[in-house]
Amino acid sequence: MAKELIRLSDCFVQFDDDIILDHLNLYINDHEFLTLLGPSGCGKTTTLRLIGGFLKPTSGDIFFDGVRINDVPPHKRAVNTVFQKYALFPHLNVFENIAFGLRIPRTDSSGKKKVRLPEEEIRGRVLEMLEIVNLKGFEKRSISSLSGGQQQRVSIARALVNEPKVLLLDEPLGALDLRLRKDMQNELKRIQQQMGITFIYVTHDQEEALAMSDTVVVMDGGKIQQIGTPEDIYNEPKNAFVADFIGESNIIDGIMRADQVVEIFNRRFQCLDKGFQKDEAVDVVIRPEDVDIVPEDQGQLRGTVTSVTFKGMQYDIIVDFYGFKWLIQTTDFCPVGSHIGIKIDPDGFHVMKKSQYSGLFGDYSSYSEEYEEISDVDYDPEAEEDQEGGHEE
Amino acid sequence: MRTKPSIWNRLFIGLVFLFLYAPIFVLIVFSFNASNSRSIWAGFSLHWYVELFQDQQILDALYTTLAVSLLAALIATVAGTFSAIGFYNMRRRWRTPLMTINNIPMVNADIVTGVSLCLFFVAAFGLWEQAASWLNDTLGTALPERLYLGFGTMLIAHIMFNIPYVILSVMPKLRQMDKNLVDAAQDLGCTWMQAFWKVVVPEIKPGIVNGLLIAFTMSVDDFVISYFTAGSSTANLAMRIYAMTKKRISPEVNAVSTLLFVAVLTLLIIINVREARQEKAEARRASL
Repeated sequence: MAKELIRLSDCFVQFDDDIILDHLNLYINDHEFLTLLGPSGCGKTTTLRLIGGFLKPTSGDIFFDGVRINDVPPHKRAVNTVFQKYALFPHLNVFENIAFGLRIPRTDSSGKKKVRLPEEEIRGRVLEMLEIVNLKGFEKRSISSLSGGQQQRVSIARALVNEPKVLLLDEPLGALDLRLRKDMQNELKRIQQQMGITFIYVTHDQEEALAMSDTVVVMDGGKIQQIGTPEDIYNEPKNAFVADFIGESNIIDGIMRADQVVEIFNRRFQCLDKGFQKDEAVDVVIRPEDVDIVPEDQGQLRGTVTSVTFKGMQYDIIVDFYGFKWLIQTTDFCPVGSHIGIKIDPDGFHVMKKSQYSGLFGDYSSYSEEYEEISDVDYDPEAEEDQEGGHEE
Repeated sequence: MRTKPSIWNRLFIGLVFLFLYAPIFVLIVFSFNASNSRSIWAGFSLHWYVELFQDQQILDALYTTLAVSLLAALIATVAGTFSAIGFYNMRRRWRTPLMTINNIPMVNADIVTGVSLCLFFVAAFGLWEQAASWLNDTLGTALPERLYLGFGTMLIAHIMFNIPYVILSVMPKLRQMDKNLVDAAQDLGCTWMQAFWKVVVPEIKPGIVNGLLIAFTMSVDDFVISYFTAGSSTANLAMRIYAMTKKRISPEVNAVSTLLFVAVLTLLIIINVREARQEKAEARRASL
């Protein structure tokens, strides 16, 4: 049923000595909501710019609907973009911003004549778009008089009014506050379903990615780390990077003793994973919410609570197990210094092969600082802009 | 707390302005003098201004000044705007040194610029003479073999010294522009050229107009560079005034100098008012 629309084949991008995209292969289906997720500098924006036509790959090919489009300039591609910080035209009002693309004369189907859309059609389509993005009555307003959220809607309308096959969105909600961001997430999802077109969405916000996408592509270091549905990515991360980037994870060194038996801290546990070599060294992911707290003498493992943070829904507690600190989310209050036992069900373990990321993530020893980092992923739009801006063609 | 300026402060400022403007003030006053004395006031008259507009040489110089300034300003504005866009799109590693090179001609002594342009034109004419005579001989064309300094060389010189000023006034506007705007316009179906006209030009227009005005002003009041590049048959107003002072000085000089002073002053006021307004608008935009 799903039809392939865009394919990036072995795309390699290099600026000077920096490898930005390392032989990337990716296909995107029609009507899909696909999210490119990763920290800044991971190559997600570069991937989007390749598809938009603002950048050519150093090597590799891009196909759209089966046709190679490496050399097709942006204005001839059937995609439109919602830019970071909107990039609205300050000298035009809301109506003219949205009408901008419609006013450009296009070559007609015969490829000979330039045709202009009649004024009534432009007007009709712009007003319809304003309704879709909930900005009815704003057509005469100047851009500078709009709030961030309204500018965002105008920029979405300006792209969608051209009826693209694919809408590219580059961190479109990055500049909005949390509340507005949640509203706009729902709105974008609704618009995508209403218009029935493909969305390719770039973000560093894992929650946003999980909430909106059909498919999530996790990237780091110019490479795809994992592609899958949000559930796949969360429940079955492929390596320590994905496990750490998506949600909270305790990542522990383990040994696979047999199918469905994993050993951590010299104790064997029942798990559901199989297909590893006997005695293979692995990374074991245990999500903070999959750990049950029990009285100390009934626990599979015993530890000491070293910090407690009240989060509203639950407590985030840090527990020291034999020198390794875990994050556990629980609704039971455990005071600092108390000794607790824990139990983990077989489906609470997720076993991953060792990778270059092993040992880098998943330890909560430096809890407070790391927590800050995770909740506010090291996002610095200036840094990313600088890095990519200096290399534009 | 601001204290009131003391009497000495006021006196000092007064002296500074006196030194700065007394000569010009005297020049203007004596341009309205009824007699042709340069020291004795004989009553108010517009005699010298009337005289001025009957002096064919001055009218010719006025025409030359306006023609050179207008053409040079327009051409330099187009060239400077596109150059600025080129600089803007460069990598920083190249942009910084090239912008410095761009700024050097502005601080270079006019006399050096003038002499070097004159020598350059003469050298170029030499090469042209050889090329043209060879072409005329072999292909039978009738190209002029001898070229002379004149209106054309003066115009080229003016364009040259104007371009850096245009670049310098367009550049900040480009920097203020959201750099995704061009991408956005192309994304919506514009070719690069369409994006330039529909999006970039409206955004940087204040800078372009200021550049044009500055270039025009620089051209109107230039003497040194014109003097070395205009040759013997062409003269702008500044050169004409200089020539008039070599003979017996008539108060006509006062009158024409006054007109030049007023013209340049007016242009400078316009430029400054525009810049002040833009800064205000910018501040308003930023505070939103």
